[in-house]
Amino acid sequence: MSKQTAAPPSAAQAEEQQSSTGVMDAPADVDSHQLRRERDSAKEQQKARLSGLGSDQLTELYRQMLLIRHFEEKSAEAYVAGKIGGFCHLYIGQEAVGVGAISAIRKDDYVLASYREHGLALAKGMSARSIMAELFGKATGCSKGKGGSMHMFDKSLGFLGGHAIVGGQIPLATGTAFATKYQGTDQVTLCFFGEAAVNQGAFHESLNMAQLWKLPCIYICENNQYGMGTSLARAMSLRDIAQKACAYDLASEFVDGMDVLAVREATMRAVERARKDYLPTLLEIRTYRFMGHSMSDPGNYRTRAEIEKYQERDPIKLFSASLIEENILDQKALDEIDQKVRDEVEDSLRFAEESPLPDAQELYTDVYANPIEPGRK
Amino acid sequence: MATITIREALNQALREELARDEKVFLMGEEVAEYDGAYKVSKGLLHEFGPKRVIDTPITELGFAGLGIGAAMAGLRPVVEFMTFNFSILATDQIINSAAKMLYMSGGQFNIPIVFRGPGGSAFQVSSQHSQALESWYAYFPGLKVVMPSTPADAKGLLKSAIRDDDPVIFIEQERMYGQKGEVPDEPDFTIPLGVADIKREGTDVTIVARSLMVPLALKAADALEQQGVSCEVIDPRTIRPLDIDTIVESVKKTNRLVVAEESHPICGVNAEISAEIMERAFDYLDAPVKRVSGADVPMPYAKNLENLAIPDVDRIVAAVREVAYLD
Repeated sequence: MSKQTAAPPSAAQAEEQQSSTGVMDAPADVDSHQLRRERDSAKEQQKARLSGLGSDQLTELYRQMLLIRHFEEKSAEAYVAGKIGGFCHLYIGQEAVGVGAISAIRKDDYVLASYREHGLALAKGMSARSIMAELFGKATGCSKGKGGSMHMFDKSLGFLGGHAIVGGQIPLATGTAFATKYQGTDQVTLCFFGEAAVNQGAFHESLNMAQLWKLPCIYICENNQYGMGTSLARAMSLRDIAQKACAYDLASEFVDGMDVLAVREATMRAVERARKDYLPTLLEIRTYRFMGHSMSDPGNYRTRAEIEKYQERDPIKLFSASLIEENILDQKALDEIDQKVRDEVEDSLRFAEESPLPDAQELYTDVYANPIEPGRK
Repeated sequence: MATITIREALNQALREELARDEKVFLMGEEVAEYDGAYKVSKGLLHEFGPKRVIDTPITELGFAGLGIGAAMAGLRPVVEFMTFNFSILATDQIINSAAKMLYMSGGQFNIPIVFRGPGGSAFQVSSQHSQALESWYAYFPGLKVVMPSTPADAKGLLKSAIRDDDPVIFIEQERMYGQKGEVPDEPDFTIPLGVADIKREGTDVTIVARSLMVPLALKAADALEQQGVSCEVIDPRTIRPLDIDTIVESVKKTNRLVVAEESHPICGVNAEISAEIMERAFDYLDAPVKRVSGADVPMPYAKNLENLAIPDVDRIVAAVREVAYLD
């Protein structure tokens, strides 16, 4: 069995988490030499990762992250303007997780997510138009305006929601993995959830079955360190989430969620295990959301300084800096991508604005696939 | 026609549907090597192998959700709850995922799944193992709820439930597995969901009964016939969607209605039927609708108390006499 044990946070990462959030316990023996060595080695690793991909692929990763960023910024504006109702959970700050992980799978693989899924839907190939229209509650939305922000679906692209009970998608994803193995395909399932979902029974029940039955599911814990306004430290007894995989004899890895290529590589390793040997993996991907839990979050549970500290490691800025440093893209090329992406988002807004509301008759459709008229034999 | 038990009828339905469609699989606690806690799945592991008949850990929320996910990806799971009491742990997945998936995905993901197992009162197993939950599940649009009362209904309805493209809650009565009856021999015998069955025709009073209450209502009807009262006994068989038209037609004829159930009275299926009849057949009623329900208490253990908690023939007879103004 190709199993990896959970790698604990490196000294550099632990030091950073400690200094910025006070959440992580830093190793006692962190010294500046070790930190420097780790950072140097991380740089070398990054160089190797960049050289392992063509410039087209790297450009596409950058474009997707930027698209998500601008899309979410516009969603926030539209929400404030009253164009989007209900809840609206933004992905800003976490772009590298979704883009990196989904870049490691095929179009026919499945993705299931929580309610913070606009960015993941974009990364899986859904159009900005269909997602924005869904946010606007329009008939042209990906769920015909019936799902909204928390329930985006696209069957043709293997995007299986958008689920709004914390952890609810984890057994479902275990089930899609069960089904692909049952049907003898080599498809894999990526299941995204926040770290707060790890405290739900659904997480533990699912991991147990996945390893017991060898199901090709990759559990991606996006650890953004807050379950709504409750920090990890206030909610979890064992805070190294990747370690929890040991309880179910599952392979796991700790991943830097601000580094899109690191996420991609870790996911590729997990995908290989899943495709070849039907083995599940738990990835704990450390990230941070730059915005509130939802648009109605007062944000009084964390400091501005903490947010700014993480914004220094903005995944998009880190990646663009690498691209420039390695002469893969110049500033002009980056600007062109930026403009293209902005145009795409503007187009999605126009499309959503101009699209019709669902027909009133839609209220009663899609309740049953096989509606029964009672008494009709 | 062969005479078999409800247990055997359900077993036949499962066997036939597993054989008919490779996408169908059975999953649950003790369904495979143990042959089923109530032996409904007897022999199926031997016949279809461990890929199709799967023992689960005791993890109701987990395997209910896994089944729903498998249905999203094209399979047709039959998930057995050892009893429906344990389905309470799985209600998040049944309600928030199975019932709503088609709607909130704008029609993209239907969930063809059957959740089945015994429900209602059992014999002296006290509060947590003896309860009727059909009104919970019937509350939710997106679910279908089926409760058979005879071997033929059990077989025909389970086959239809497995072939249905929506999530079906299929509640078997724990006390009734051994009940015998005739089942048609034809290989593709099914009974459509959503169609009530008139178990006995009559002219004076309509009794609507489901599950365990059906044989009791029929016995009550026998007793009442001796007393000169002709009862029509209707078994809705499917609680959602409810074939209310058949009940309305009967009430138009008899002008009197008794509804019998073993579940608690508050917010129950009887309450729903009563309201529907008031809305649709008020002018035909010669007496207020009379409900006969289980006691509004958790199920007790002591035999004498348990007997008091579950409606019996005498209570149904008394209710019929009341709406007929005989006492």
